[in-house]
Amino acid sequence: MNKTTTLITASVCTTALAWSASLLADDDFITLASTTSTENSGLFDAIIPTFTEATGIDVRVVAVGTGQAFEIGRRGDADSLLVHDTAGEEQFVAEGYATERLDVMYNDFVIVGPSDDPAGISDSESVADAFARIAESESPFASRGDDSGTNRAELRLWEDAGVTPQGEWYRELGSGMGPTLNTAAGMDAYTFTDRATWVAFDNPQNLTLLFEGDEALFNQYGSLLLSEERHPHLKHDLAAQWHQWLVSEEGQQAIADFKVDGQQLFFPNAE
Amino acid sequence: MNAPLTSSSLTPLADVPALHFQQASFTHRGHALLVPTTLTLSGCQRTLIMGPNGAGKSLFMRLAHGLLSPSSGQVRWEGKPPVQAMVFQRPVLLRRSVIDNLRYALAVKDVPRPKRQALALQALEKFGLAALAKRPARVLSGGEQQRLTLARAWLLNPAVLFLDEPTSALDPAAIKAVEDAVNEFHQGGTRIVMTTHDLHQAKRLADDVLFMYGGQVLEHTPAERFFDAPTSSQARAFIRGELVW
Amino acid sequence: MAASDNPFYTALTLILGMDSNLIDIVALSLQVSLSAVLIASALALPVGAALALWRFPGRNGMIVVLNALMGLPPVVAGLCVYLMLSRAGPLGSLGLLFTPSAMVVAQVILVFPIIAALTRQQVEALHHEYDEQLRSLGLTPLRMMPTLLWDARFGLLTVVLAGFGRASAEVGAVMIVGGNIDGVTRVMTTSIVLETSKGDLPLALGLGIILLALVTLINALAHAVSEAAKRRLG
Repeated sequence: MNKTTTLITASVCTTALAWSASLLADDDFITLASTTSTENSGLFDAIIPTFTEATGIDVRVVAVGTGQAFEIGRRGDADSLLVHDTAGEEQFVAEGYATERLDVMYNDFVIVGPSDDPAGISDSESVADAFARIAESESPFASRGDDSGTNRAELRLWEDAGVTPQGEWYRELGSGMGPTLNTAAGMDAYTFTDRATWVAFDNPQNLTLLFEGDEALFNQYGSLLLSEERHPHLKHDLAAQWHQWLVSEEGQQAIADFKVDGQQLFFPNAE
Repeated sequence: MNAPLTSSSLTPLADVPALHFQQASFTHRGHALLVPTTLTLSGCQRTLIMGPNGAGKSLFMRLAHGLLSPSSGQVRWEGKPPVQAMVFQRPVLLRRSVIDNLRYALAVKDVPRPKRQALALQALEKFGLAALAKRPARVLSGGEQQRLTLARAWLLNPAVLFLDEPTSALDPAAIKAVEDAVNEFHQGGTRIVMTTHDLHQAKRLADDVLFMYGGQVLEHTPAERFFDAPTSSQARAFIRGELVW
Repeated sequence: MAASDNPFYTALTLILGMDSNLIDIVALSLQVSLSAVLIASALALPVGAALALWRFPGRNGMIVVLNALMGLPPVVAGLCVYLMLSRAGPLGSLGLLFTPSAMVVAQVILVFPIIAALTRQQVEALHHEYDEQLRSLGLTPLRMMPTLLWDARFGLLTVVLAGFGRASAEVGAVMIVGGNIDGVTRVMTTSIVLETSKGDLPLALGLGIILLALVTLINALAHAVSEAAKRRLG
């Protein structure tokens, strides 16, 4: 190899190593496993800077499906969890992976669908009724099918409606909320989504919001304080600060202040 | 060719050790490509190997040079195996400049780096390639490339030089240049072992002739005797210019 | 990042506006993929050459496996690296998960088979051509290795570029082991996935155009360098 090539290669390698080193150098951060719907809404972009300014701690968000978030937590790969599956969260605590679970905020789920509403759900009296009408009319329905918080909520509502969703009209996509909405828009199908993702979603095509408001559509978010015993290596002190901040006055206010198109997407409800 | 061979550039060659084939044969997939053969190549001769295509000439050369091992029997040098070099029908050169190809050969021989440039230039001068030193070796003409491989072989200071049909792809002027180079090697004390299918070339160069046919060495005789009175009918037919399989 | 409806316009505005977010993402993408290709090449070139030059038991099996691994799904590679680097896994104490280093590791795994398998093929072809002459000059297979690798350099440049193409195009591996963390492990491809999932398709496509332009630029540079070298040296 001639001298020029050696020089160039050496420079590239050194620069690459220096870059990576600089990235790892910052020690004051925690890794937060949360869900794609929360990330996609833009909430974290809004509230994390406030937290960082107050505490000097950066929050690195890994946004995955709820199932994967729990798995990351079990493996000790994240310092903190913020998800929306209360039953799952309580089980997580019961299994000893977390020492505490706190209510942080809520939003609601809505049903969106083709603007001509073939199943006629817009005047349904309850979400159970709406689901029943979709099943009866066998209108195409796109389900996330990914064991996420949203998906689990959707399946509970089918159960409440007394319907086992199956058949060609019920399409399980195994996808996150965004991709599911994309696919639903492309298929002109009904789908079950959280309001925050829907409001922030940029590709609705022919879909519009058709049903909302039922109490059963309440979607609670919880923060989990992970167990020091299970995973001693985690940054528990820093994570505890985040956990406390979320339910503090400042944190709750930051959540309430977050709006998209003038709409508030998350409603703080810590005790 | 140009500068005469100076003794300072080459270590004077000791007597070239003899090469013995002792019942050496070569079989591939059940076919006997060389029947068990016993003969000796000795002295500083120019041995030309002749015979029709498929007679086993190239195979014989490769066994002699050590590129192949015999399937049975032995190919053995008397005493320590000497330095050898081989030139092939199609010159094999690296994707580098002409002079870098020579410096590469010197590097392989562990010649100290500071000496390589001077030696390489000397070789280029000797074989009339000095003007082409920086040219990519692969853009040279066939004749120039073959002279380059000879220059490379010269740098190794071989006791034995094997050449496998080195001029079959060249024009007359290039052929003459190669033959002159071969003779120079010979005058410097190098034994020549060369295959050819060109009768006239053999007559020009041979001190002795090895005639092969069908995987067998039929004759190993001094050149004059071979061309005047070959003993085998195949050799006679070959010399008469009749195609012999 | 706001977006209009035309992806080309979006791409152009992003580039001209020198959006600092975009610059960070592009820099990280290049850093990860280039590092991965350099490391993979350093390992794979000798391995490929060795496979070409030596016969040993299991050689054919190794060649088949390497060739097959050229098609290793990135998401599978990512998953395996995740399981290794996870705290619950064997190398967890290294703390590499969700960092660019983990992304480099995963991409090295993806790129290595491509470079090794194609290097083997190139070196084997050259070896065929050169073997007798090089052995005549007194070279052992070990000493032939650097010679053949250097002689094959133009073909090998294309091989390395193929590896780079694979690295810069994949998203499955870097998504899982990097976590697509904003400002830390977000690269071009994971950004495209993110914007798509937000429904901002023009922006996603605009980013795609930028990524393609970048890769094309790098290929053009490499081609120019090799053409210049060929002219100089044949």
